[in-house]
Amino acid sequence: MCLSIPAVIVSVNGNMAEVSAGGTIFKAGLHMIENAKAGDYILLHAGFAIQKISEEEAEETLKLLKEMKDSLNSR
Amino acid sequence: MKFIDEYRDKELIMKLAGQIEKAAGHEYTFMEVCGGHTSAIHRFGIPSLLPKKIKLISGPGCPVCVTGKDFIDKLIACAGMDNVVIATFGDLIRVPGSSSTLERERAKGADIRIVISCLEALETARMNPEKKIIFPGIGFETTAPGTAVTIKQCEKDKTDNFRVLSAHKVMPPAMEAIIKEGVDIDGFICPGHVAAITGSSVFNFIPGKYKLGCVITGFEPVDILHAVLMLVNQKNLDMPKVEIQYNRAVTENGNEIAIRYLSEVFEPCNAYWRGLGVIPGSGLKLRKEYERFDAEKIYSPEIKPPEDDGLCICGEILRGKKVPGDCPLFARLCTPDNPVGACMVSNEGACNTWFKYRKDE
Ligand code: SF4
Repeated sequence: MCLSIPAVIVSVNGNMAEVSAGGTIFKAGLHMIENAKAGDYILLHAGFAIQKISEEEAEETLKLLKEMKDSLNSR
Repeated sequence: MKFIDEYRDKELIMKLAGQIEKAAGHEYTFMEVCGGHTSAIHRFGIPSLLPKKIKLISGPGCPVCVTGKDFIDKLIACAGMDNVVIATFGDLIRVPGSSSTLERERAKGADIRIVISCLEALETARMNPEKKIIFPGIGFETTAPGTAVTIKQCEKDKTDNFRVLSAHKVMPPAMEAIIKEGVDIDGFICPGHVAAITGSSVFNFIPGKYKLGCVITGFEPVDILHAVLMLVNQKNLDMPKVEIQYNRAVTENGNEIAIRYLSEVFEPCNAYWRGLGVIPGSGLKLRKEYERFDAEKIYSPEIKPPEDDGLCICGEILRGKKVPGDCPLFARLCTPDNPVGACMVSNEGACNTWFKYRKDE
């Protein structure tokens, strides 16, 4: 129940959206996030989008980790 | 899928494990507070990737597990009233109360329906105007804003047959209670989704007052290992602080809209946690303005004081003092099909997780 999963918004209808998580479609309330549009990634929790997922931040973290990986590889 | 696969990259996992091995100079114990983390840690076999020197213990972050028997007893009392429907998250129906469960009451004829969101419970109220719908509000800062949104919605639509029995809770006071109990830990793996709502700043008092490190992390293996590495480094440098590993979802200030909903509808109250007892300011009750949606106020369900838990040691497990393997009933008399305590019911419960992944150790 306390699980939140990443999902992508498929369509928006007022403050409700259809979102897809690993191919399964769920309904999600958009009351807590602003300017949501199809294609945005969100965290789905108990029927609500509780936060947008930031692609830039995700890339940044991965880049940092990969750099760490590369420096290890070259040792 | 994006935001999942990259964080399950085998090579990255092995490199992180190598880095942790190198950095770990002595023994470390970290507590993962969130039940979602407990479940992910065992599902991905994280303990087997860590050096023996690093121990991860679970804390009080499974909302179903910390819910007291009295809450279940109250729901059962409400379910016995005329025309009442309990519209609940599925996790709750098998949690043992003092003498029954919602599931058993349903088998005896009580109207208990499973919903996947609070909005769906409100929908049930709209579709059944002749019934009184009660939604059991369980969960932390991640779930409570959804209840707040729904109550606001209900007010707007003038739906008058929908009520909430709130056992919503907030995490930071429970973490403080754990520290005060004297559990021997070197830092917290902080709940990523709670922090997505609250922001990282609610944990600042932990390094500030108690000199313990905090890393807020995601739920994939790369996230968890990265957090462990960050905590080891904090400990090695003796520089406890709040760090965000889960940058893709967590900011310092969190989700301000959700926080606004929470503070408009709820106010803090003292709350009972299984294993921890009553923790001041750790619960959320409906504000006076929303009293008419409060099932506690409207129905005042009467119950007998619940008895103690017998041989079940969920309480000590939730405080990080024992592990499921220490319980004499574990995997013998208590199994997911026949749970004795709440920790065996929920998918995020420590006993349930151990049963699934570590039973044969
Ligand atoms: S194994 Fe069952 S009885 Fe033992 S602590 Fe866990 S839930 Fe309680």
